This record gives sequence, structure tokens and C-alpha cells, in this order.
Amino acid sequence: MSIQVKFFASLRETIGVGDTTINHARSAGEAWDIATDKAKRPINVLVAINLEYAQFTSPVEDGDEVAFFPPVTGG
Amino acid sequence: MSSHIEQLTLDPWQAIVDHQQESALANQFGATATFIGSMRDFNDNADVSHMVLEHYPAMTQRYLNQLEQQVKQRWNLLDTLIIHRVGDISPADPIVLIACWSAHRRAALDACSWLIEELKHNAPFWKKETREDGERWVKNNTDGL
Repeated sequence: MSIQVKFFASLRETIGVGDTTINHARSAGEAWDIATDKAKRPINVLVAINLEYAQFTSPVEDGDEVAFFPPVTGG
Repeated sequence: MSSHIEQLTLDPWQAIVDHQQESALANQFGATATFIGSMRDFNDNADVSHMVLEHYPAMTQRYLNQLEQQVKQRWNLLDTLIIHRVGDISPADPIVLIACWSAHRRAALDACSWLIEELKHNAPFWKKETREDGERWVKNNTDGL
């Protein structure tokens, strides 16, 4: 099993990595715990699975891309 | 319908002219509504000298494409154009352009307003400002008032 995990913006700087691969996770929340070694999750973190907004309880599967990022500030 | 990300520079007025000239439906345009967002040299009572705009490239483009499909279903539009800058931004630089064309004004105006609000709330872009006291990630967008 291979799941790509990405962090963006301030989260990337806080976690200290932008992109990593983990070998297993059943949910986006578990992917966070494994990829960050159970770092405390800021309350406003957003998550996307395969480029679509998701929940931390959303299931992940082999080959998925899971991204974590802070509230968006474009426009 | 067209949307894309610009890495280096954005001239929104020229982009509007170019898009209209290339549109097969230009002769049917009765209304053009545009929104252009630019960088301010201040935020939260502090001077801002520079900004870097980061994004999640694959998700950003996918989201902009979805916005175009949704707005087309909700309003009777002839054409739309969305362009968003990323990278190094200086004060007064345009950051985002949204243009909507329709036969009559209400559809273009309402669709343009809806698009910028959706984009600001959901499109995965992040601003990092440079101030006198250092760099700072913008924590959230203003409410627009």
C-alpha cells in the first residue's frame, strides 16, 4: 500500500515536510498521524483526498493522494 | 469558458480584450461583468511590501474547472474567464481576474459575484506577506466588506 501525503503553506513549514509517502492508513486522520508522527493537529486544518475536499474520517485507499492545508486565502 | 493559473504576470484588461476577440459568441455579448482583485500595500494595520502566493496546482485547476461548470449550470452565461496569479506579487499587482459574459446584465453580474466568493472560500491558494517585522502567512480572508 502506498499513500502520498502532502502539506501546504504554513502547515508545510510547521511539519517540516511538503511531500511524503506512507505505507498504510485507513482514514485521512490516520494518514495525518502516521505522516506527522502524531503531531497535534491544528483545529482549522483542511483535508483533500485525490484533489477533492474530504473529512478526517474519510477512508483512504492504496494509491490515494491526501493533502493537508490551512484555510485558503486566495483571490 | 477558460480558467488558468499565471506564474509570472497578469494584465487583466488585456486578457479580457484577448478573450473577447477569440470568442465565437462575441457578437451575442450584451453584458460583461468583471472582478479584478489586486494586492494592497497594507493588511491588518501593517505595511506589506511583498507577497508570495502558493497553491496546490492540481487541485486548483480542478477546482477552477468545476467552478466554470457550476456557474454555467446556474446562470445563462455565454462565456467566462478566470485567471489567478501565483508566485511573487508586488503591491498593486493584479491577483485574480473573473469575467462573465451574458446577453443581459443580471446573469453576468450575479455569476461574477458568486464566482469570486466561491473562489475565495474554497480554491487552494495561500498568501504569505512580507512586512517590516518579517514574513507572515495570512490566516484567513476578510469578509469582503
